[in-house]
Amino acid sequence: MQSTSRRGKAPGAVRASILGLTRTLSIPALAVLTALLIGALIMLLSGGNPLVGYVALFEGAFGKARSLSETAVAATPYVFAGLGIALGFRGGLFNIGVEGQLFIGSICAAGVGYAVHGLPWFIHMPLALLAGCLGGAICAGIPGFLKAKTGAHEVITTIMINYMAIYFTNWLVTGPMQDPGTIVPQTRRILATAEIPAIWGAYRVHWGTVLAIAAAALVFWLLWRTVLGFEIRTVGANPDAAKYAGIHVGRNIVITMMLSGALAGAAGAVEVLGLNHYFAPSFSIGYGFDSIAVAVLGKSHPWGVVASAFLFGALNNGANLMQLRTQSPVYIISIVQALILMLVSADQIVRRLYRLKDLPKGNLATPAVATSESALGTGKEAKS
Amino acid sequence: MVALALQVKGITKRYPGVIANHEVDFDLRKGEIHVLLGENGAGKTTLMNIIYGLSMPDEGECYLDGELIQITDPNLAISRGIGMVHQHFMLVPTLTVVENIILGVESLRPRTAFLRQLSLLDLASATKRIESLSKQYGLEVDPAAYVRDLPVGAQQRVEIVKALYREADILILDEPTAVLTPQEADDLFQVMRALVQPRGDKHGKSIIFITHKLKEVLAVADRITVLRGGRVVGSTMPSATTENELAAMMVGREVVLTVPKGPARPQEPVLEVQDLKVLDDRHLVAVDGVSLEVRKGEILGVAGVQGNGQRELVESLTGLRKPVGGHVRILGQETTLASPRRITELGTAHIPEDRQKHGLVLSDPVKDNLVLNTYYRPPFAHRAVIAREQVADNAARLVREFDIRTPSIETATSNLSGGNQQKTIVAREFSRPIQLLIAAQPTRGLDVGSIEFIHGQLVKRRDDGCAVLLVSAELDEIMALADRIAVMYKGKIVSVMPAEEATREKLGLLMAGVS
Ligand SMILES: Nc1ncnc2c1ncn2[C@@H]1O[C@H](COP(=O)(O)OP(=O)(O)OP(=O)(O)O)[C@@H](O)[C@H]1O
Ligand SMILES: [Mg+2]
Repeated sequence: MQSTSRRGKAPGAVRASILGLTRTLSIPALAVLTALLIGALIMLLSGGNPLVGYVALFEGAFGKARSLSETAVAATPYVFAGLGIALGFRGGLFNIGVEGQLFIGSICAAGVGYAVHGLPWFIHMPLALLAGCLGGAICAGIPGFLKAKTGAHEVITTIMINYMAIYFTNWLVTGPMQDPGTIVPQTRRILATAEIPAIWGAYRVHWGTVLAIAAAALVFWLLWRTVLGFEIRTVGANPDAAKYAGIHVGRNIVITMMLSGALAGAAGAVEVLGLNHYFAPSFSIGYGFDSIAVAVLGKSHPWGVVASAFLFGALNNGANLMQLRTQSPVYIISIVQALILMLVSADQIVRRLYRLKDLPKGNLATPAVATSESALGTGKEAKS
Repeated sequence: MVALALQVKGITKRYPGVIANHEVDFDLRKGEIHVLLGENGAGKTTLMNIIYGLSMPDEGECYLDGELIQITDPNLAISRGIGMVHQHFMLVPTLTVVENIILGVESLRPRTAFLRQLSLLDLASATKRIESLSKQYGLEVDPAAYVRDLPVGAQQRVEIVKALYREADILILDEPTAVLTPQEADDLFQVMRALVQPRGDKHGKSIIFITHKLKEVLAVADRITVLRGGRVVGSTMPSATTENELAAMMVGREVVLTVPKGPARPQEPVLEVQDLKVLDDRHLVAVDGVSLEVRKGEILGVAGVQGNGQRELVESLTGLRKPVGGHVRILGQETTLASPRRITELGTAHIPEDRQKHGLVLSDPVKDNLVLNTYYRPPFAHRAVIAREQVADNAARLVREFDIRTPSIETATSNLSGGNQQKTIVAREFSRPIQLLIAAQPTRGLDVGSIEFIHGQLVKRRDDGCAVLLVSAELDEIMALADRIAVMYKGKIVSVMPAEEATREKLGLLMAGVS
């Protein structure tokens, strides 16, 4: 009964992988469903009609061309930032500093966007985007370096750098980089040559959304098709085996952090270049932190991240119409999002609830705990 | 009519692409030692996991003390007096031995005792109980030590004490002797014998014992059941069978239990070690001025009781641990402080002692593990991109050549049986041209058929001009394979002798520090 297969394409392997796919998808899907049901209950208790509410939510997210466009706009930063966190998870790192990297990324992009003159758009715009990525990468590279050299845990250092990054950008826009034409803390408007153009007539959806999906493809390719990706995943899954395999664990940690930070930086940059066209500290509604949930729900898989980013975007976007029609506060959606995160992380709840047996246990469903554990060891390894 | 402690009927368990157990009937009498034998991947661990409630059978029933019962999780199994020592340890490395042993045991006790358990004093009394258990059965453990600091052999003892601490009536031991020295194994057998003795009017404990070592089977078994390909192929008594017969029953063909091997033709030295000094994880001297030489075309066996510095020696030779003094040269090149990558590229292969820690990325598919240290260079990568076709072809070839039992090359390595995980490492390390092979416990957990194959391969490598450093706690293995034997004791090489001059007694004394 034991068949070995050439190129893994034997019927057994295909069946196994399809089975595997439905298994990996079942927990997130059931978690979302459960969270929505609990959300409905809360709506009911607070006097709203959940049916009306959810219909409004759906309409608000997908009902018209405009709402579709807005859902895409809302999802875009989640895709980039979620990819950054997912990449870190794969490499055994818990990059909580995405919010700070996002701020640095967007102010770098804004700076290049308004201060550099005389470039054609096909150079200026990519340059500004690149500046954003670079800013994020450096901002994340520092905790990576500290971990590789001293074993300092990245959760601590990235949280600290978050504050530094956010206050630093706050200072910049009230001082050296403030728009001289206003007293509001924000930068000048970027030049037209730095803008990421809209895709679809008068709607706000811009090419940044397409870039985000391209980034997901790139991350997928990087992780599963390249030598570097093999190394990142190996360090993430088993740092001891990585060392045995000849991988320079410390250097790999720095690279992974920088890539993760670059994606976070891109999230901020795209918001500036494609949507707001200037930087103001109020631009982020906590993208960096919500993206942790996005990455966890997406099981740290690039396509999973895209799907869950769009789900989060749709929920955020549809919430307004829901509030309008049912008087249920938009915060119900935050509760639903929190419930999703909780149910995906503590997947035993879902397993018990739906009596799922023998599904693959934990592992990547709760990367935060699993990987930060192993990453703790990595730091020490890297030191010696 | 003998009283049955446990009986399972018609157990079937399917995994994607494999039937791990097929209509298995098995029973355990009160007070007996029942040995379960079978090839790697035969389904032994699967059956035990079902009995222990770690996985649910697709079909079949389980009776405890004659009562039909569904064991849905290990807590239920424990509360019904089933204890299991797993093939791969289930200890928490960052906790101490006491903490590991009492972990989860509180729920067994009545509420008041549970509260008492929480008090600080109870850790002390737990320690006392562990100490008395370990004295009573000769299982030496240090309750205050952190598990992460313990060598595998000691971790195994902790697992056994842990099960005894929980007052198990049925004890499942999944390959406990794979990591024990012969002396330790003999001690364990005494423990097992003591456990199954009836006490007063009570039956003794019942033990299911899994091992691949046929000598042990004949020495301790009351009854033997053999599995092959997930089915029971037969049951027998030790008095009615022989090692050869058991081997044939397991593998389904005749197995040559001794290694055919011609005389060595040693040439120039490949590995030269001079005055090497290495510290262990606790910064104590583990390797204390070791000098040795392995020549092209010979097998140098390093014998010794585990924990005498062999692990640190191997890790420093392979670049995983930096020595604090001395020199290592491979093929004339200084490699004392070289990285693992550089040492691999010089033509070194390394079969690590702890397969799950260093040797494998368990969550990755078999095919990736088969290129774990060659993934970055042709033919497996071109310009930083992995050549997936080549990786898959390589895997398909090695799986066939080394008879790795896996449903597919995409299967996560964690789903392979213990022996097949080991074969994955051996296949990888043997799959490239090598000048030096450093093998630590290369056949740990392998069935007789696979041992035969790998021993043959080791000798073939030697004859092809490879230098082989074989570190093994298995005296039989060392004596069967080595051309020269070095004995390691307390971090030093206390003696090196040609294999012809070695006897079990002589080595045994040297290993115990008597010179
Ligand atoms: N969780 C799992 N998922 C998929 N397949 C599995 C799983 N566990 C075991 N198997 C498969 O079931 C078969 C039996 O495995 P099992 O671990 O019971 O073997 P074993 O007899 O204990 O072998 P060994 O002597 O090597 O330890 C193997 O082919 C293995 O690949
Ligand atoms: Mg097994």
